[in-house]
Amino acid sequence: MALTKADMAERLFEDLGLNKREAKEMVEGFYEEIRDSLANNRQVKLSGFGNFDLRDKKQRPGRNPKTGEEIPISARRVVTFRPGQKLKARVEAYAGSKQQ
Amino acid sequence: MTKSELIEKLAARQTQLSLKDVELVVKCILEHMAQSLAKGERIEIRGFGSFSLHYRAPRVGRNPKTGQSVELEGKYVPHFKPGKELRERVNSALEENG
Repeated sequence: MALTKADMAERLFEDLGLNKREAKEMVEGFYEEIRDSLANNRQVKLSGFGNFDLRDKKQRPGRNPKTGEEIPISARRVVTFRPGQKLKARVEAYAGSKQQ
Repeated sequence: MTKSELIEKLAARQTQLSLKDVELVVKCILEHMAQSLAKGERIEIRGFGSFSLHYRAPRVGRNPKTGQSVELEGKYVPHFKPGKELRERVNSALEENG
């Protein structure tokens, strides 16, 4: 089961005592503010968690994998996530020992 | 935008919670996300994207200082895949403003 916005709102209700409406609005706002910043070409840095960076890609040659036809992949801006040291260490420690 | 700027913007969206409360909210959300990933659970936020773990195979690395080779174990790293709405908004900003 994946973690969803509803789970996060529930946690805000349980741990911080926000009412359900406030909790839902906070979780919604959290992702909306990050999206807005990125849409305005501003990187987002959340210390301890990671950074959302923006990269401008030039047009490059591509191919339709089905037909083999050559079609250019247009220039675009993409979001990349760089996990911070703390998050990397937590994921490595637990998932590594658990699943290997 | 930094975490403290995010906290300020979120606080400005409403009137019920103090800046201090909103700070706790942001910390709670980030901690919840980190906990999920640390136990190998995915995160799915519609319109934003999904976080999952990617496996990195074991390999022989090198200590850059001494040049000595070291066996590195396989490990998991966090991975983010932007969702459709985020991809489109970021990309249309490029098309509009160059």
